Amino acid sequence: MTIELKDIKKIYQVGTQQVAALNGIDLNIKKGEFAALMGPSGSGKSTLMNILGCLDRPTEGSYKLDGAEVAHLGDDELAKTRNKKIGFVFQNFNLLSRISALENVALPLVYAGVGYKERHERAHYFLRAVGLDDRAEHQPNELSGGQRQRVAIARALVNDPSIIMADEPTGNLDTKSTREIMNIFMDLHEQGKTVILVTHEPEIAECASRQLLVRDGKITKDVGKGVKMDVV
Amino acid sequence: MLFRESVIIAIKALFANKMRSILTMLGIIIGVGAVIAMVSVGMGVRKQVQDSIASLGSNMLIVTAGAPRVNGVRQAAGSGEKLKLDDADAIKKKIKNIDYVAPNVQKSYQVVNGNQNWNTTVYGITSEYMMIRSLTVKSGSFITTNDMNTRNRVAVIGATVASNLFGESNPVGKNIRINNDPYKVIGVLASKGQSSMGQDQDDCVLIPITTAMERLMALTSIRTINIQVSSADKIDMVQEQVETLLRQRHRIKKPADDDFEVRNLTSIMETMTNTTTMITLLLGSIAAISLLVGGIGIMNIMMVSVTERTREIGIRKALGATFKDIMLQFLIESIVVSVIGGVIGIGVGCGAAMAISQVGSFTTVITIEPILLSFLFSVGIGLFFGIYPARKAAKLDPIEALRYE
Ligand SMILES: Nc1ncnc2c1ncn2[C@@H]1O[C@H](COP(=O)(O)OP(=O)(O)OP(=O)(O)O)[C@@H](O)[C@H]1O
Ligand SMILES: [Mg+2]
Repeated sequence: MTIELKDIKKIYQVGTQQVAALNGIDLNIKKGEFAALMGPSGSGKSTLMNILGCLDRPTEGSYKLDGAEVAHLGDDELAKTRNKKIGFVFQNFNLLSRISALENVALPLVYAGVGYKERHERAHYFLRAVGLDDRAEHQPNELSGGQRQRVAIARALVNDPSIIMADEPTGNLDTKSTREIMNIFMDLHEQGKTVILVTHEPEIAECASRQLLVRDGKITKDVGKGVKMDVV
Repeated sequence: MLFRESVIIAIKALFANKMRSILTMLGIIIGVGAVIAMVSVGMGVRKQVQDSIASLGSNMLIVTAGAPRVNGVRQAAGSGEKLKLDDADAIKKKIKNIDYVAPNVQKSYQVVNGNQNWNTTVYGITSEYMMIRSLTVKSGSFITTNDMNTRNRVAVIGATVASNLFGESNPVGKNIRINNDPYKVIGVLASKGQSSMGQDQDDCVLIPITTAMERLMALTSIRTINIQVSSADKIDMVQEQVETLLRQRHRIKKPADDDFEVRNLTSIMETMTNTTTMITLLLGSIAAISLLVGGIGIMNIMMVSVTERTREIGIRKALGATFKDIMLQFLIESIVVSVIGGVIGIGVGCGAAMAISQVGSFTTVITIEPILLSFLFSVGIGLFFGIYPARKAAKLDPIEALRYE
């Protein structure tokens, strides 16, 4: 599973003004890499992540996922790609508030057409993997921030995607929860999954094998391609 | 996504907003209930009219004196009382395919027994009247041809008259006075109860038509002749023959000058049925408007619900829900509301129809057609008014939906 971006641009039209959130991104990420995106606020990290996660489409440029051009996919095919190939973790968790942790985790499987029994088995398995099986029947508002993010990670993993993307997954968490979450991501990396995450904190970026710096919609620094190195 | 999951998601969403779901359903409940109640009232009126016409007997022709009425206005001048007892005899003798011919006259009188008196209608009839109205005597006997020929002062009385003049005792063989003349009671009719129009059919006194015309009412002409035709397919033919015969006897050259009118119960029944069907449709469609309003209520709530749940939609889409999945989820939600509303509405409508017939004095008839129709209609409304909000939800862009505050 490889990611190839060529000259990706994302231009927003705000009134009469054009805002280039991404201004020519060239980026290759190989299968099994652990990449951290850093950069100042408003530099375009989230915009890039949304495009990588197939939640959004670039205005210009080419994005090949596994050799297939994503820009050519229809809405439903994009939805299928999100469902099967990518697990996305958000800064604000984005759990459905009215259903239990277990049902939240099982949700992608519903859209994958998996039957009830298997859905619940797999959801339980991944809740156990993030250490929350005893909270399966709790609703999100009965969980701590760290626990919610672990539920969200279990949800991202449940359909066995090869890429995990996380946009500031620890942005709303305390140090202890942050460490727990980062351990999970490192485990996933060791299991051979491609992990891409956005962070503001250098200590977190350190966990990754590759650090990318985004500035004004461009990648201005790319450190440790494939090899684990210290942060700049 | 599996259909079962969509239904479960929809039902959970409805339960999460119980009060709102109930209020939305109320529109459909009232709509479906009103359609069923109104149509059952209309059908009740129709049944009443049909019963009352049918109670006059089957395959009936009714000859009345006077020129035919068009829109309630007599067409020919000099509506002389020209229908004679001989006309009835002639019809009986000359025309085939007739079972009974029953001429009659009627007038209201005070009937007296000792110090008891009672106001009732006195009918002058022939012995065939009994057949044509399917009357039976409970005790005593009916008026015979002999009574007619000899103009006897005999009477057969209805159950209401009997109980009002004689109480518990048997009236047969006793005398009553009509217009100060004594009449011997020879029979009491078996009770027929109220007619479907609410008229007491037992409130009558029957005497021989000859006695009535010559000795009581001093009439030379009769009012109506009831003719029972032997079979339904002969009615039109017999009607024509009766008209031709009467024109001949009354020396009338063209139908416009007719001094009598022959009416056909079957055709009266048809017109009445058409009229009452129209009434039913009218009532039903007025009620259907409230169903439509209920549907608009569903649409309104669904629009609010889609806006409220924009983030939820964004999350579902981010996790892989397709256009179809979201569309189905919201469509099923609005259909579930309308189906549950429809089912409750059927209960309410049937209940209301029964209540109306209990409290009000008229019959209601609950039939399966309006129930099925209004149920399907409510499902259709859920579908129709659900489509727009569901499409709106399904078309949301995942990123914009996730960003929605
Ligand atoms: N929907 C939009 N319409 C207009 N401009 C937008 C939109 N989304 C993002 N932008 C602009 O694009 C630029 C990049 O935004 P983005 O959210 O990617 O930044 P970021 O690097 O994730 O910042 P942060 O670290 O604060 O999360 C910003 O200047 C922002 O104003
Ligand atoms: Mg961001």
